[in-house]
Amino acid sequence: MAQERILVIGGGVAGMQAAAALREEGFSPLIIERSSKTGGHVAQWDRLFPTQAPAQAVIDELSAASQGIESVTDCEITSLTAADGGVTAVSAGGDRYEGRAAVVATGFDLFDARLKEEYGYGMYENVITSAELEQMFRDGRVAMKSGEAPKRVAILHCVGSRDEKVGQNHCSKVCCITGIKQAIELTEAVPGVQVTNFYMDLRAFGNGYEELYRKSQVENGVTYIRGRISEAGETQDKRIQLKVEDTLVGRPLRMTVDMLVLLVGMRAPGCCSSFGLETQANGFFAPRDPYTGTVASSVPGVYLAGTATGPKTIGETINEAVAVARRIKRDLGE
Amino acid sequence: MKYRYANWQEYSKYIADDHYYYARSCIRQNFFPGSEKAFLDILRNDLGMDITEDPRHTTCTGIGYHSDVVPLETTMAIVARQFALMTECGYENYVASCITSFGIYSEVLDMWHHFPELEAKARENLFKATGREFHKPKILVHTSDLMFHVREKIAEKGVRRLVNAATGEPLKVVDHIGCHYAKVFPKKGIGGAEFPYVLAGMVEAWGGQSVDYPERRHCCGFGFRNYLVQANRGYSIANSKKKFESMAPYQPDFIVSNCPGCAMFLDRWQFTLNAMTGSNYAIPSLTYEEMAGLVMGIDPWDLGLQMHQVPVEPLLDKLGVQYDPAAKYLGKNGKFIGQPVAPAIYNPAAL
Repeated sequence: MAQERILVIGGGVAGMQAAAALREEGFSPLIIERSSKTGGHVAQWDRLFPTQAPAQAVIDELSAASQGIESVTDCEITSLTAADGGVTAVSAGGDRYEGRAAVVATGFDLFDARLKEEYGYGMYENVITSAELEQMFRDGRVAMKSGEAPKRVAILHCVGSRDEKVGQNHCSKVCCITGIKQAIELTEAVPGVQVTNFYMDLRAFGNGYEELYRKSQVENGVTYIRGRISEAGETQDKRIQLKVEDTLVGRPLRMTVDMLVLLVGMRAPGCCSSFGLETQANGFFAPRDPYTGTVASSVPGVYLAGTATGPKTIGETINEAVAVARRIKRDLGE
Repeated sequence: MKYRYANWQEYSKYIADDHYYYARSCIRQNFFPGSEKAFLDILRNDLGMDITEDPRHTTCTGIGYHSDVVPLETTMAIVARQFALMTECGYENYVASCITSFGIYSEVLDMWHHFPELEAKARENLFKATGREFHKPKILVHTSDLMFHVREKIAEKGVRRLVNAATGEPLKVVDHIGCHYAKVFPKKGIGGAEFPYVLAGMVEAWGGQSVDYPERRHCCGFGFRNYLVQANRGYSIANSKKKFESMAPYQPDFIVSNCPGCAMFLDRWQFTLNAMTGSNYAIPSLTYEEMAGLVMGIDPWDLGLQMHQVPVEPLLDKLGVQYDPAAKYLGKNGKFIGQPVAPAIYNPAAL
């Protein structure tokens, strides 16, 4: 009997792991990736919380596991239909892909920080996103636009998360610990730098997170101030003047930093509204059941894995990607 | 340098080309008495536009409303009356000279949109009290919106540009946008609330350089509760102090504002701060109509620039404006109108 083809839409860590697991279950997966290579957001990252292990190690492991699996890149799927015991995916260029089932592993988009105009991203040269800071870590050089090393850095949490004004009411889950990790790495990359995190709540929920939060304060001297920055302005020497209320002491404060890092949240990508699947209030795909059907969609033959259903850690994503293969095996066997 | 917020068009709105009903500000004619006249003169006489006003119109209640002495129902009834006057004059486009009025009208229209029963009640109250009925304006803009809309025409007809006549360098202009212009509804302000373009657009069109200083968005100190309650007035001047400290390093040639109170407080509080702290602020604070008037070649004393606390002569000299120093304190009838008894000594070089 010929192996049944399963479409895996998205070649990030969820898609790579799902494809590997599907092959182990006896299927013939096809990864369809919208960008020019697989690896997704993780491939753009330097090191990972909470152990500061290199992100590349995860990518290398998943690449090895998915070696030889057929894949298509530079192909963005814009519609997905399920009928007659199969699914059909159509790309923006009109290419059609058919399979017995499909795993939607389309992940997330980073929030566009320009929408929070008050922080001046895209306007002020020393306001950057957490993703851009990660790129600096990868390049081995953290510097202001002028080339100088920053002496004071502010990290602002919840940019595009828990924010009704920009239609992003959900928590992006991983930013708190990312802010802690990046604060530590800043102190390692730039000796003597003073790092201040501005947060509304610190949600250090995972194994090792609270310990990292404590370490950042005790060993790395990172400061945490509870309060949202209300406004950033650029000074004449291209530094960033911040206005913020310290909500623990109930006082407004102003400070000037050399660099402002915006911890951008996860937002639902455009495909969430074009695949015809049910979505949640946060815009991400809705699982069939939030307890026992987390990797199934409401449409038979269409499955979900990873951050397609909302913000998740890499570990959670990998677990879902393994589970979705098992689920497909069971459903198709029936 | 070109204004760097290239995306200001994301916050633009439809501004009708002509035929407006004009509503004055309660306080501007006292603070800067030539500004509203300059606006009407330029638009009507120089650009040939149809702008009408009705002497029966009143306050919009904005100051009273924001000070909690006028209830919302009263504000709505009075706004309804203003619109009734516009309707009676046969106009559909409303242009308000005051930022707070613009905010009040925008807010009332928004409330009526979301709560039609409030509009019905306002109509009923107005009819019972005055027998008047009204149409809501199709277009509601602030006078700075309208001047922004015709900025290129003014540039064409202008006799000078906002450049240093001696060096040819563009003048550095810091702007201040009234809080009730775009902070209430960012979508109703050109350029939005964070990187407003309404004044910067005029400055650029007329040859000046707009400077984005860190406290550009900060309150000027005119917050109603900050100055109406005497005990709070320290908050008012503290706000202004932040503004001046933030803009001074850029050595601006002048400030331009689009709010009645902002232009006034940013002018008067410089004198007060100099007296209180020994600072030497002397940055002329213009309204956008005064700025346009200078571009159009209106005599500075006809523009009312003699009513400024901060002397404007250094700016006039930079622009190459011819003026008669002896006529500064003479009224239109040639009679002496009085002058400050002990004018403050300003030293712009010490900025």
